[in-house]
Amino acid sequence: MNFEKVKRDAKKKREALRQSKKPLILIGTATCGRSAGALDVVKVFSQELEGRNIEAEIIETGCLGLCYAEPVVCIAKPGRPSIWYRNVSPERAKEIVDGYLVNDNLLADYALGSTEGSVEGVPCLFDLPALKPQVRRVLWNCGFIDPRDIDHYIASGGYEALEKAVLEMKPDSVISEVKRSGLRGLGGAGFPTGRKWEACRRASDDEKYVICNADEGDPGAFQDRSVLEGDPHSVLEGMTIAGYAVGAKRGYVYVRAEYPVAVKYLETALAQAREKGVLGENILGSDFSFDIGIFQGAGAFVCGESTALTLSIEGNRGMPKPLPRPRTTEVGLWGNPTLLNNVKTFANIRWIINKGADWFAGVGTDKSKGTAMFSLAGKIANCGLIEVPMGITLREIVYDIGGGIPGGKCFKAVQTGGPSGGCLPASLLDTPVDFDTLTAAGSMMGSGGMVAVDEDTCMVDMARYFLDFTQKETCRQCSLCTLGTLQMLEILKAITEGKGRPEDIDLLLELGEAIKIGSICGLGQSAPNPVLSTIRYFREEYEAHIYERKCPARVCKALISYRILPDKCRACLICLRECPVGAISGAKKQVHVIDQKQCIRCGVCLSVCPDRFRAVECVPGQLAEVQR
Amino acid sequence: MEYQLSGILSSYKGDQGELIPILQRVQAEYGYLPEEAMAKVAEFCGVAESKVFSIASFYSQFRFVPLGRTRVTVCRGTACHVRGAPQILDEMKRQLRIEEGETTPDLEYSLETVACIGCCALAPCLVINGKVESKMTPKKVKELLTKGEQDEL
Repeated sequence: MNFEKVKRDAKKKREALRQSKKPLILIGTATCGRSAGALDVVKVFSQELEGRNIEAEIIETGCLGLCYAEPVVCIAKPGRPSIWYRNVSPERAKEIVDGYLVNDNLLADYALGSTEGSVEGVPCLFDLPALKPQVRRVLWNCGFIDPRDIDHYIASGGYEALEKAVLEMKPDSVISEVKRSGLRGLGGAGFPTGRKWEACRRASDDEKYVICNADEGDPGAFQDRSVLEGDPHSVLEGMTIAGYAVGAKRGYVYVRAEYPVAVKYLETALAQAREKGVLGENILGSDFSFDIGIFQGAGAFVCGESTALTLSIEGNRGMPKPLPRPRTTEVGLWGNPTLLNNVKTFANIRWIINKGADWFAGVGTDKSKGTAMFSLAGKIANCGLIEVPMGITLREIVYDIGGGIPGGKCFKAVQTGGPSGGCLPASLLDTPVDFDTLTAAGSMMGSGGMVAVDEDTCMVDMARYFLDFTQKETCRQCSLCTLGTLQMLEILKAITEGKGRPEDIDLLLELGEAIKIGSICGLGQSAPNPVLSTIRYFREEYEAHIYERKCPARVCKALISYRILPDKCRACLICLRECPVGAISGAKKQVHVIDQKQCIRCGVCLSVCPDRFRAVECVPGQLAEVQR
Repeated sequence: MEYQLSGILSSYKGDQGELIPILQRVQAEYGYLPEEAMAKVAEFCGVAESKVFSIASFYSQFRFVPLGRTRVTVCRGTACHVRGAPQILDEMKRQLRIEEGETTPDLEYSLETVACIGCCALAPCLVINGKVESKMTPKKVKELLTKGEQDEL
């Protein structure tokens, strides 16, 4: 198929959409939108259009990144500003049909912003505090195009980088451009991408592979999923360029089976790419052939490690190969040279080829070029997917983009890098974010999870949580990783259960250092980080648990108590009835009391006590005897 | 029960590299990996039964017991954890009277956890029969289960 014609047709199709008299309704239906009810919203819009005979077109897009505002809907009317609406429930969807789609009422109260600058009380979308500091490259198309229609991608300049690379550039010049850009692996480790490509190109073998690592198992990270669901072709294009550069004919996307929507969109994208001649035999009429398959990861966090990942595709247990192990670029999948990069790394390639290495390196810090993506979540007002220039400070991310901590609570820490990373306290908020500064501070970029926590989060419990995770996910190969993390977990459990001993903190530090040295792969080497960093920055919380038998954040059940404030209790019987263990006594007109011995500290009484009374409180420490 | 795998196996060649995709298909068909089915897969791929079991037991996706009709998966991702996932899991266990990884005796419900479903902005979340329920509270757990029962009536 002639690519010039493909491009012309795609652009024509887009112009037709733009010039059409029909309004467009863009609805974000990626996984995050769906979980907020976006599919119900799609249904309401289709019913309204059909039932009322309204001419309009519904386009399902990926995620814009503003997860706090999901479901997000945009109404683009010819001759009128395109308005983006937030938190669109089925009811609100009907109001929007009446208000803006049929009439001309902008419904500014529901609007997030407009893509045509600020209008009639609606701000410019890209001036929103959550979006303004962002530099969207990988996310360029996410939320704006239909990820299941390759024409949308092509009309926005898609596959032009592949065209340029395959038809105009030699593999070596592609690699030198990537090298010059300074792009580093965005899967977390930050290895220079160009050097990896070069090593794989140099490896002498006829059979080579390109693998995209989308095994995003890090709890709290969802950016790989969002890119695959929002703009899958950008990843496939990057992989195909990589195949051309290193001399591979076959690629795999290793994606978690827990991401069914991403898998489905990828399947669609692959079929369409083959149909348009940008994948498969003789790509774009050249003699370069390359095809990509999908491999669904079966749920093992350790398979993010390169040797474990390739073993898993080969049909084995995903246990990292022992040291000294050859580089995957030399001996990888089926023993052949293999290039393994993350989703975001591949998605950046088209920019480097299209706009050049200098343009790419125009953003970022000295040693970390380009942008970083984070999944911003936890106790933060504007949860979502963000793409920011390397070097931005944590403060700008948490307060400007994230909108700070909700509910008048105090910021306590930000956790980056998931189970391999660490917790950074408020004193480090002005740290510029890049690969090296985060590592120096005891955390790491990791796969890009960024979870903000407030005063109600217990740092000991947080460390226990991550150790529990690594303990479940260790491949049970190295004794220090297997048994060492188990010991650390037992100690942390004891501390959170009020059985901590004074020597425990030193023991944790010693074990942590030993596990770092004695494990063969990144999982074990980084597993102690959440514990070491919380001891480094929040030692006093460990001490309160051990010496005072108190959980200051009121999280650890053994170290807290619930009590009913007699002067506020209106004896309404609600908590008494809801208590699952019958630990509350009292009667009508008789103030209720919690029997501390029976209480299991589930917190149900606190959650059911009516807001107008607020008679139940949770306090650190144990109330020794029955309250009276 | 006889496990007819020929339909599934006919689209594979029998390479060892196909083991995981085949097991995924078998589980999609039966809801779990019956022993007899694993033996057939081993025969088809020309590997020892212990090899198939070693793979199936390594990856958390694979199960050796049948699932309940209603499948509840509570997310234990970081964002969910700090926003109260432990309370959601506790309440679910209390309501269903089973532990994580178990199925109720009447095969009505099974309870699992997942490392992260990536809906961190809407934490805490759980998945009930494939549908994500967001911003869960212990109270909503009870409502969700009662609603499920009513829908069936």
